[in-house]
Amino acid sequence: MSKDSLFAKKNIKLLSDPLDDNNPITVQVLGICSALAITVQLKPAVVMALSVLVVLSVANVVVSLMRHMIPSRIRIIVFLVVIAALVILVDQVLKAFVYDVSKELSVFVGLIITNCIICGRLEAFAMANPPGKAFLDGLGNSFGYGIILIIVAFFRELLGAGTLYGYPVLEKLGVYDLGYENNGMMILPPMALVTVGVLIWWQRARNEKLIENN
Amino acid sequence: MQELANIFIKSIFIDNMVFAYFLGMCSYLAISKTVKTSVGMGAAVIFVLGITIPFNYLLEHYILKEGALVWISNDFIDVDLSFLSYIMFIAVIASIVQLVEMVIEKFSPALYSSLGIFLPLIAVNCAILGGSLFMQERGYSSIIEATVFGLGSGVGWFLAIVGIAAIREKIRYSNVPPALRGLGITYIITGLMGIAFMSFMGIKL
Repeated sequence: MSKDSLFAKKNIKLLSDPLDDNNPITVQVLGICSALAITVQLKPAVVMALSVLVVLSVANVVVSLMRHMIPSRIRIIVFLVVIAALVILVDQVLKAFVYDVSKELSVFVGLIITNCIICGRLEAFAMANPPGKAFLDGLGNSFGYGIILIIVAFFRELLGAGTLYGYPVLEKLGVYDLGYENNGMMILPPMALVTVGVLIWWQRARNEKLIENN
Repeated sequence: MQELANIFIKSIFIDNMVFAYFLGMCSYLAISKTVKTSVGMGAAVIFVLGITIPFNYLLEHYILKEGALVWISNDFIDVDLSFLSYIMFIAVIASIVQLVEMVIEKFSPALYSSLGIFLPLIAVNCAILGGSLFMQERGYSSIIEATVFGLGSGVGWFLAIVGIAAIREKIRYSNVPPALRGLGITYIITGLMGIAFMSFMGIKL
């Protein structure tokens, strides 16, 4: 383990980088499948973000502890076993405490196993760094993932259903009396892609070093 | 027969893996730069889905489902192992992919050189695990239905990736706003393709 304290400046960077400059979804292009599919409403998005947070940070620590013992030829299978075990735990907890959300997420809880954020971070970071740093990296990346999920779900739920976290915001504000109607399009799958596309556009327009060449 | 055709068409167009469920998006975005590689990747996905789904179907029906172990002894009638399905499915997928890779390498070097590099990527492609989980959730009644569903989903994924790759090859000559280049515009085009695919909704043979 490195000598400097866990919260030295470059460790803080591990936490803050994935929020913007190195965001898992918009820059590293990892973990997109689940990000798009479960952002119709805020509640499943929040639950999903928390599940990924738990799985990613624990898996990062576990793999980082085992990194000298894992033969590199079979590392992918070792990763998958670690992740699958954690996902089963998370799935059972969700089924026990928030059954309705777990039904709504359906196969996407299981798909955390093949969520490329987790495999990608294990491969790129946990295999080469001590547990403390790996934990921070896991936290940072899941915040980066969660923040995109929440932003997308916020707009889709607000514009598509007029509610936020199930609470009818627009109705209470009286917007419907002015002739406003919900945009049903936002709830349909294709609009998730367009919303993330616009988000990427906005992020890159603000942060020019992320622009691609072709 | 009609039932099978219906499942096939439905899994290609209506329940399309990419446009309706966003499965396999990561490789879809990463590999769709040229048509040639995306044809290879798409073919590999059809192939692996067509093999893993029947395997996982057998696993589900003879080991994991509640009461599935009755074929060993009647004492196991209450045993429900379905909480193990994630780990079993992913293990089956990873080992089948490895096996297929070795078999192809041995018997058909030509096919290996075109499909081979994509196979390791497929073990962690969510479309494959997603296919098995949907098979479990929708409860197909026979192994043939499950296989047809697997092949259909594969064909749907193939169509999607080849389509986006062709569009991306053309879009290189257009003047896209700088901040939207690359990833951003690919998302928006995929969204538009998804809207187009939605017009298939409600088709029933």
